[in-house]
Amino acid sequence: MSGSIDLYKDVWVFAEQNNGKILSVTFELLGEGRKLADSLGVNLCAVLLGSGIQDKAQDLAARGAQKIYIVDKPELAVFNDESYTAVLVDLVNKHKPGILLCGATTVGRSMSARAAALLNTGLIADCVGLVIDPATKNLLQTRPTLAGSLMSTSVTPGHRPQMATVRRKVMKEALLDTGRNSEILLQEVAAEVLKSRTKRLKLEVEAETTVNIVDADIIVSGGRGMQNAEGFAILRDLAGVLGAGVGASRAAVDSSWIAYSHQVGQTGKTVCPKIYFACGISGQIQHLAGISASDIIIAINKDPDAPIFKIATYGVVGDLFKLIPILTQEFRKLLKK
Amino acid sequence: MHIVVCVKQVPDSQSVKFDQNTNVMLREGVASILNPFDAYAVEEALRLKEKLGGSITAISMGPAQAESALREAIAMGVDKGILVNDPALAGSDAWVTGYVLALAIRKLGDAGLVICGKQGADGETAQVGPGIAAHLNVPQITYVRKIDEIDDKHLVAQRLLEEGHEFIDSSLPCVLTVVKEINEPRIASLKGKMAAKKAQIVKWTVLDIGADPAKVGLGGSTTKVLKIFAPPARQGGQIFTGEPEQVIGRLVEQLKDVVTAAAK
Repeated sequence: MSGSIDLYKDVWVFAEQNNGKILSVTFELLGEGRKLADSLGVNLCAVLLGSGIQDKAQDLAARGAQKIYIVDKPELAVFNDESYTAVLVDLVNKHKPGILLCGATTVGRSMSARAAALLNTGLIADCVGLVIDPATKNLLQTRPTLAGSLMSTSVTPGHRPQMATVRRKVMKEALLDTGRNSEILLQEVAAEVLKSRTKRLKLEVEAETTVNIVDADIIVSGGRGMQNAEGFAILRDLAGVLGAGVGASRAAVDSSWIAYSHQVGQTGKTVCPKIYFACGISGQIQHLAGISASDIIIAINKDPDAPIFKIATYGVVGDLFKLIPILTQEFRKLLKK
Repeated sequence: MHIVVCVKQVPDSQSVKFDQNTNVMLREGVASILNPFDAYAVEEALRLKEKLGGSITAISMGPAQAESALREAIAMGVDKGILVNDPALAGSDAWVTGYVLALAIRKLGDAGLVICGKQGADGETAQVGPGIAAHLNVPQITYVRKIDEIDDKHLVAQRLLEEGHEFIDSSLPCVLTVVKEINEPRIASLKGKMAAKKAQIVKWTVLDIGADPAKVGLGGSTTKVLKIFAPPARQGGQIFTGEPEQVIGRLVEQLKDVVTAAAK
């Protein structure tokens, strides 16, 4: 940071886009950012980096962003750790936001950690709660720690901007808010800021991640109780009917029944669906850390003493190979599929 | 190539117990282990050394007992362990850790590649790897699941993204943070364990690495923890038992509204 912290004012949201599509977490950040900006009496702004993305400013304006800083360059066509970070750092040094929020995505977490080091400021990762301290006007940032077994609240008292990455699907999306006048501020950066020593050669989209579990509203997950890779077929059927993502416990992934990208829990992904089906999953603390923010957890397990039943909203004790096909059939009827 | 692996000692989450009533962690008798995510970093370094030759140095920043995490790495096959240990470092946050480890790596002078686990199993910030890269002014690739190619000047690695895998070419030196999928860490051999027992752990202080005393420890940290508390306990709900058709009927009755709204 440069200069007194009093010079740092507005609330900024990093508008993450992928192939020109603004990610929903950006709208969640704008929803949360609006509350913070209003309680501080400052502007809510968005930062949009990419190539050929200027028309997306409307989406951000419609969700309440008052100023939209855009850097539109061919070099920024896909996310790049070095160039995206350097551009962000450049804009922060120029415009001095008081708060900078990013989604706790792969991109958000990689970029903000690098940016915080370069900006000599604090970053709190994977926040689930943000509020302004009425006394100090500092941002109180709450996050889970130690496999979700503890929560901690931290501040960045003497450095700016106060940076946070925010867990997806925890905050409510900003409502359409078209009444405001938004300023679109196209930014120029020096050529060396766009340089990078890494380059994306290609992207391989994983076939089965048609429903990405971190974005899914419903997840059907299997554990050791699925018995083998073939056991997951009944979960895929259920997921197909529900339009759900397929998840797995560490035990299932370690047995090579399903790819690591499906692993839910501390060693895998943290998810936050409306409904989480835990099928044949006993419920180790590391798995529970990844699912505890789900609205509804349904456990299906033959062992009535499995720890998963202690936290499940609904539990069914029984043979999942009998139960799940019936469940799939019932939902198919319900959804007329 | 000289490969540096950054490791951390963490409480063994398998042995962490909680007070049933208050949900507060019971720290007594909790064992400390090499951060499980760092074991993948150590293993990947060992595999690269088998292919490319060279040496591996493990570096940790922490209290004196963090030596044992370095010894675990040496038992797996790492050549040398360095502990940056100084009372002035107590209370350091992720920013300081990245700064200090970067200075220690710079002091080594010839690191061609730095590998870290994706995050600490305790703090889970995932900030130290990118922090080291930023302070060293080298490129980074996070969440690496595979290294496809490597020579003295560059590497190609696959990063795990939400939607798939991204193949990235990076010049060297660079910093990688690796995920579990990258390998299966070896179990230390008896010979390795003997070597680890005897190994001399090099100790560096804040002064040794040339860190600005104002930028380390509690005072140098950019963030402050105000409070730590137990999360609201999630209560168990209804358990259904009985004939499969019956229990599923009752479950579907409970879920039908939310499923109809959420299913696409």
